[in-house]
Amino acid sequence: MEKLFELFIAAALINNFVFTRYLGLCIFFGVTKKMDTSIGMSITFTSVMVISAALNWIIYKFIMIPLGLGFLEIVIFIGVVAGFVQAADTIMKKVSPGLYFKLGIYLALITTNCIILAVPLLNVSEGYSFIESIFFSFGAGVGFSLAMIIMASIREKLELADVPKAFQGLPISFIVTGLIALAFMGFSGLITL
Amino acid sequence: MSNAENKISYIGLVKNGIFSENPIFKVALSLCPAVAVTSGVKNGFMMGIAVLFVQIMVNITVSIVRKFIHPKVRIPSYMFIIATWVTVTDLSMAAFARDVYAQMGLYIKLIVAFAIILTRAELFASKQKVTPSFFDGLGVGAGFLFALVIIGFFRELLGKGSLWGYPIINTKPLLIMILPTGGFFAVGILMGLFNWIGIKFFGGGGASGGGH
Repeated sequence: MEKLFELFIAAALINNFVFTRYLGLCIFFGVTKKMDTSIGMSITFTSVMVISAALNWIIYKFIMIPLGLGFLEIVIFIGVVAGFVQAADTIMKKVSPGLYFKLGIYLALITTNCIILAVPLLNVSEGYSFIESIFFSFGAGVGFSLAMIIMASIREKLELADVPKAFQGLPISFIVTGLIALAFMGFSGLITL
Repeated sequence: MSNAENKISYIGLVKNGIFSENPIFKVALSLCPAVAVTSGVKNGFMMGIAVLFVQIMVNITVSIVRKFIHPKVRIPSYMFIIATWVTVTDLSMAAFARDVYAQMGLYIKLIVAFAIILTRAELFASKQKVTPSFFDGLGVGAGFLFALVIIGFFRELLGKGSLWGYPIINTKPLLIMILPTGGFFAVGILMGLFNWIGIKFFGGGGASGGGH
């Protein structure tokens, strides 16, 4: 249990996917202009993350390993993610149109997020068990959500600030992200895995 | 006559990819590798080469099969084409460039999820013949390579005082530049610089895209 908690904290804070592994930046900068969108994205992303990591783990363990298809991991994982996102999109549209209206647009964006692919790949390369990979992916999702919510609250303030013309938009966001990353470095001694 | 025209437009395509639609500084797609692998010029260069190769091959493949793919399943089909070429690159790099691969193996695999490759396949290669697609891939890939090398140049020079592993400056380096923080700063400042040059010398149109 302790190990699982450590994995979760490590994925969410110490090795935060945005600030120390630099993944998922495209989505990160794309949706953090407003608080609403980043909360919507956080919820959608975390749930898709956990389910797709579980699916990928099962497929890797019970189909790819017995058949000796380990080298096809990239093709198969991206296929599973894309297929799952498409299925979730269709099911959500039928079952709960209200939720689809709120979160549907984020689903389409998720496939191009590096984290969704990086987590299954890391699960495989670190040799995590099923429960461990669930905790790891949940930590990754929470870490990404935390990053997006922090960033969105800063960027809403940044709208009112007087930024030089050449630095408006992305450049200043990058510098702000650098400062948050600096703060996140403080977590690095929290747990030694 | 038409031959000469074609030639100009090909050069234009390459130029377009490097400058006015630079994947990192202008279009702001695929930002992850811009920070992740640019702590040194060498890593940035290898990553750029990998992306250049994948982009060209994907553009050619998509352009060849564009008439057989039903529009409804085109995105998944493109994803599989990209994933195939990334696997090829990944396995080749694991075999031939072990030391670099050990440092950035994960990021090579993640080329699959780079939005820029899918974007070019969808916007350009799916509508064009093979030759223009090749040059478009060359331009975008070269733009990517250029951006990664520039960022890597500044980060390695300031952070380690060396270039391509060879020591250049003999003072105590700014360690922060090779940490994640420095990567974000370097990209932000270079992006701002690109915008400033755009505004100053080419009049307006400098602001980079929203980022996706």
